[in-house]
Amino acid sequence: MSTLLQVKGLRTHFFTMGGVVKAVDGVTYDVREGETVAVVGESGCGKSVSALSIMRLIPYPPGRIVGGEIWFAGRDLLKLNHEEMRQTRGKEIAMIFQEPMTSLNPALTIGRQLTETLEAHLEMSASDARVRAAELLRMVGITEPERRLTQYPHQFSGGMRQRVMIAMALSCNPKLILADEPTTALDVTIQAQILELMKELSQRFGVAMIIITHNLGVVARYADRVNVMYAGKVVEQGPARDIYHTPRHPYSLGLLRSVPRLDQPRKTKLDPIDGQPPDLANLPSGCSFMPRCKFAVEKCAHEVPPLTPVGTAQLSACWVADSLS
Amino acid sequence: MRTPGLSADPGTQDTNGGSDVLLEVRRLSKYFPLTSGILVQRVVGLIKAVDDVSFFIRRGETLGLVGESGSGKTTTGRCILQLDRPTSGEVFFEGQNLTTLDEAQVRPMRRRIQVIFQDPYSSLNPRMTIGQIVGEPLLVHDIVQGKEAYRERLRELLTVVGLNPAMADRFPHELSGGQRQRVGVARALSVNPSFIVCDEPVSALDVSIQAQIINLLEDLQAQFDLTYLFIAHDLSVVRHISDRVAVMYLGKIVEVADRRELYENPLHPYTKALLSAVPIPDPSVEAHRERVILKGEVPSSLNPPAGCVFHPRCPIAVPECSQVVPKLRELSPNHWAACIRAEGYDHSS
Repeated sequence: MSTLLQVKGLRTHFFTMGGVVKAVDGVTYDVREGETVAVVGESGCGKSVSALSIMRLIPYPPGRIVGGEIWFAGRDLLKLNHEEMRQTRGKEIAMIFQEPMTSLNPALTIGRQLTETLEAHLEMSASDARVRAAELLRMVGITEPERRLTQYPHQFSGGMRQRVMIAMALSCNPKLILADEPTTALDVTIQAQILELMKELSQRFGVAMIIITHNLGVVARYADRVNVMYAGKVVEQGPARDIYHTPRHPYSLGLLRSVPRLDQPRKTKLDPIDGQPPDLANLPSGCSFMPRCKFAVEKCAHEVPPLTPVGTAQLSACWVADSLS
Repeated sequence: MRTPGLSADPGTQDTNGGSDVLLEVRRLSKYFPLTSGILVQRVVGLIKAVDDVSFFIRRGETLGLVGESGSGKTTTGRCILQLDRPTSGEVFFEGQNLTTLDEAQVRPMRRRIQVIFQDPYSSLNPRMTIGQIVGEPLLVHDIVQGKEAYRERLRELLTVVGLNPAMADRFPHELSGGQRQRVGVARALSVNPSFIVCDEPVSALDVSIQAQIINLLEDLQAQFDLTYLFIAHDLSVVRHISDRVAVMYLGKIVEVADRRELYENPLHPYTKALLSAVPIPDPSVEAHRERVILKGEVPSSLNPPAGCVFHPRCPIAVPECSQVVPKLRELSPNHWAACIRAEGYDHSS
């Protein structure tokens, strides 16, 4: 499989009164055609900002992409002009947001919001777009699509709105879909429906997906490869199976240990990661995870560990990665 | 027939939990009227947020209350706290019926029943310091005498929840989510309650912080002999913290059992589906896992389905399910389920 997207040394900073917030600080990962890649991390780790950077949707000011390259289908997205980027966005790369209520326009019908994209990107006629829109709704499991097209977002439930978002994302046959916490706002039983739908459709149409999530459980079933982010950096990268079975970064290890698991005997005590997430405007020198790390050594306080290969397919940004097992 | 938390004869003192029952909810219902009209408000419908719910909680135990959004779990908690007055039914706390008390009589009860809210961002007053937030109940309920005793108690409370006492002068925005939730816990503890309603106390927190707060709640329970009603939608967290678990769906309790029994041998098809939908952070396990994916969505509690409220989504429903409202039945000792098809239904599938 050839590489579809390559993010190289991406740095996105926010220039605020409180100082420079290095939301994304040297992130490198790639996505191959048709595969599902997960970006996992807690709030403020830069996972959403890295996705918004790929879409070039960082609000300026205060935010700015200050470095790096984003190669997509042979072009560096960061070098495209405004118009070229507008052509790419929505058409070749689509995005699904976390909160389907706020990402749909409450004043327009579902039909209008779907046909707008089709008319703009695929230059369809109004009537063709309407037929295609109904077809898209049926594809994502919405019954009576013709009637639903005339309705407004508030007439849809949370799960149904997220189905509409998926239909919209798929409407122009994109090569890549960025899904930012696509199921976080939904109930467990609806979450399972939406994830199964996304997996099925991405396989059917050969679309690559980046799923951004804070929940390691959600992606275990769906991701081929995983990137774990902490404080604006990728701290571990590799095939999903390896990361879950033999995490080689203390943060990934801590995340996996801190959640109770239904398939295992109940532990008498949970194993949390001590301390608080770091302040991105005021990061410690050396490894950002060091203040919370159980394995920290002297070197961690002074030198930032680079992302380096450990084992066969994994990469870890940790000075003691070799001794973790 | 016995119903959990409901005596065979309401006149007797003998309840299912025995004499160590701290809280008992009997046939609790809370309906919210839906009104229409600008000047004259007409009632056009009733939202049955909680509909005929009964359960009890023993002293020192944790009852987990799980369900999806709109299942009525938070309203149940608010009715226990008397923040919402129930439409019908009774809430007995230490043998006293809270629903018959007026506002002035309820106030002293709040020293013994406290609450921890879900969102540590909106449940703390941004204009008050941490010290004022935690200390306010001490003043309201006249718990400490004198400035020195007040300060000493404040220091003690912050220390016990793992915060530095120096944080008393800070404001909520200066704290992280986990630290704020610790403030919420300290505020609840300040009046020495015996019972705390924990309403989704960790769902707004990051995964690594969730475990810190759960461990804290467990330590405090042992240290201060607390009883919890733990409301949550995360079934893995509920299994960890609860002694017994009640599952709610559309305003009704569909299953209650001891923690182990409920997770190992669920009897209600909704509980089974819910358990199978919980993602497990292990690709190898997930690859071989059978899932019950429920069809459709949770119906509106404004117009709940007739018969069993779960029947439109139920994988094993029969025509009778749309006519009969299933009663909670004790299908094995201390294991109750509201499903007419619960027995004779292969548990392994």
